[in-house]
Amino acid sequence: MADQARARAESIGVSIPTEATVDLSKRPHIGETIIQAILFICGVLSIFTTVGIVWVLFQQAWLFFGDPEVSVLEFFTTFRWVPEIGLFGVWPLVTATFMTSLIGMLVAIPFGLAAAIYLSEYASDRVRSVVKPLLEILAGVPTVVYGYFALGFITPLLRNIFGINTVNIYNMASAGIAMGILILPLIASLSEDALSAVPQSLRNASFGLGATRLETAIRVVLPAAASGLVAAFIIGISRAVGETMIVALAAGAGPNLTANPFDSAETITGHIARISGGDISYGSIQYTSIFALGLLLFVITLGLNILSRRLVARFREVYE
Amino acid sequence: MTTYDIDSSNANAIEARDMSIYYGAFRAVNKVSLAIEKNKITAFIGPSGCGKSTVLRSFNRMNDLVPTARTEGEIVFRGKNLYAPDVDPVEVRRRIGMVFQKANPFPKSIYENIAYGPRINGWRGTKAEMDELVERSLRGAALWDDVKDKLQQSGLSLSGGQQQRLCIARALATQPEVILMDEPCSALDPISTLKIEELMFELRQRYTIIIVTHNMQQASRASDYTAFFLMNSERAGELVEYGTTEQIFHNPKDERTEQYISGRFG
Ligand SMILES: Nc1ncnc2c1ncn2[C@@H]1O[C@H](COP(=O)(O)OP(=O)(O)OP(=O)(O)O)[C@@H](O)[C@H]1O
Ligand SMILES: [Mg+2]
Repeated sequence: MADQARARAESIGVSIPTEATVDLSKRPHIGETIIQAILFICGVLSIFTTVGIVWVLFQQAWLFFGDPEVSVLEFFTTFRWVPEIGLFGVWPLVTATFMTSLIGMLVAIPFGLAAAIYLSEYASDRVRSVVKPLLEILAGVPTVVYGYFALGFITPLLRNIFGINTVNIYNMASAGIAMGILILPLIASLSEDALSAVPQSLRNASFGLGATRLETAIRVVLPAAASGLVAAFIIGISRAVGETMIVALAAGAGPNLTANPFDSAETITGHIARISGGDISYGSIQYTSIFALGLLLFVITLGLNILSRRLVARFREVYE
Repeated sequence: MTTYDIDSSNANAIEARDMSIYYGAFRAVNKVSLAIEKNKITAFIGPSGCGKSTVLRSFNRMNDLVPTARTEGEIVFRGKNLYAPDVDPVEVRRRIGMVFQKANPFPKSIYENIAYGPRINGWRGTKAEMDELVERSLRGAALWDDVKDKLQQSGLSLSGGQQQRLCIARALATQPEVILMDEPCSALDPISTLKIEELMFELRQRYTIIIVTHNMQQASRASDYTAFFLMNSERAGELVEYGTTEQIFHNPKDERTEQYISGRFG
């Protein structure tokens, strides 16, 4: 039987080695080994950098919290942040961060999602192939441009609409809106990925039952992509939380505990940027305080990223 | 199986007249005309790429979803040309349902899978009536006994054969007149296949079924009429022969049909 097959294979020019000729011993692959080593070093290097950053964050934050003038309890439970007089209650910075991010997401999610639905469910391949790269270019505009856009355009607009007395020159609303515009392409692009990952067969099933495009998009595609979309939103949020330039320029300089979006207030990132730009002495408590803030920021975004990874993993499970 | 007279006075459910279907410049189907009899099972057979699925999809305008697709000719359903400019393809698909080759339940509960069609079609009934419709549809697809205790579980938790019956039940829930099935059993084991075939015989009393199949045994045992398609020299699909399944399989008029069903090419 095997002999026959061999004879047939050989007759059509395929040679099958007999057992005696098969050589399975290891052979050195020099090029392969070098490439592998280089890639390994690159990987290790990036891990070391990250570890280094985290190490410095923890070390300096440790010095900060170890200072007799501050305590972790004070950090998390008091409401005034005035480093000059030794008040380190983080909440004004956190609420401002939360407020600008919230406003940003209120802008970015609806418009970004709408754009994604249009691109994935309505646009022709040609439109999509033009618009998607365009979105990605938009995402590459330097954030300082958005900062001045907020100051020079959005703030005057808000002051025109709501009145000069209501809207501060520096305010969270303006920075939040600019941030939303900044994040919109990211949300649109990631959401579009999530929507297009929904198998075409589900859309066909829906169309086959007499659903319109809108019904299919809203009732089949969106729910099927839900976890991917939520992951996209979370990535957007962590981008917003970490965004610095816009808030530094447009939201105001000086911590302020307020729920009014038209007030000026300073976010965690804005504060870090301002303090590190000023003349503080190395090793002072003001200096270490910004590392404590950096650590807090790191923990927040890390948590958000872990959450979004979890959600994406669950999304994959559903469709293998 | 009884022999059916193709010219019987029985009404036609749907009829293709000179249908040609193009994908871009490529003519995939050339001038196909055939009338599908009501409450019968009609099988489309033929080698791969001869346009069976394309013809099938033209019956409920699913081809409209392919951006490059274009049609010439008419599909007549209840005296109306489905390709007339004033016809809404969404309305067409509500009356002419479809079951796909690969079972494609929504990632929703079994109950919601069934309820989806009626809901988007403006369902106005009560919860109890919906419960009843869901049960009726699942019974219609011979799936009720398998799933009656787990209606809230995901449709994706079912076996392949059960998923395909769920898709049939889902199609039944919108109460279509015609059901198009594109190789519904090709991913199923023989027992699930037989179940679906038995189901088709039952459904025939109330629905008209058109099924595309590569399985000659299936066509011969599970259909009343058979249409045989083949590509012409320009690779466009044409209808070669159409008649009762009995006649096509035992007394084909065209030599090519005879060759195909006896497995000599294709
Ligand atoms: N969406 C499409 N775009 C372009 N060409 C298509 C498309 N769908 C089908 N075709 C072409 O049309 C012809 C007929 O295809 P169709 O799928 O109808 O064949 P079929 O008889 O169903 O084949 P099979 O038995 O393999 O399913 C083929 O040449 C195919 O390549
Ligand atoms: Mg096909």
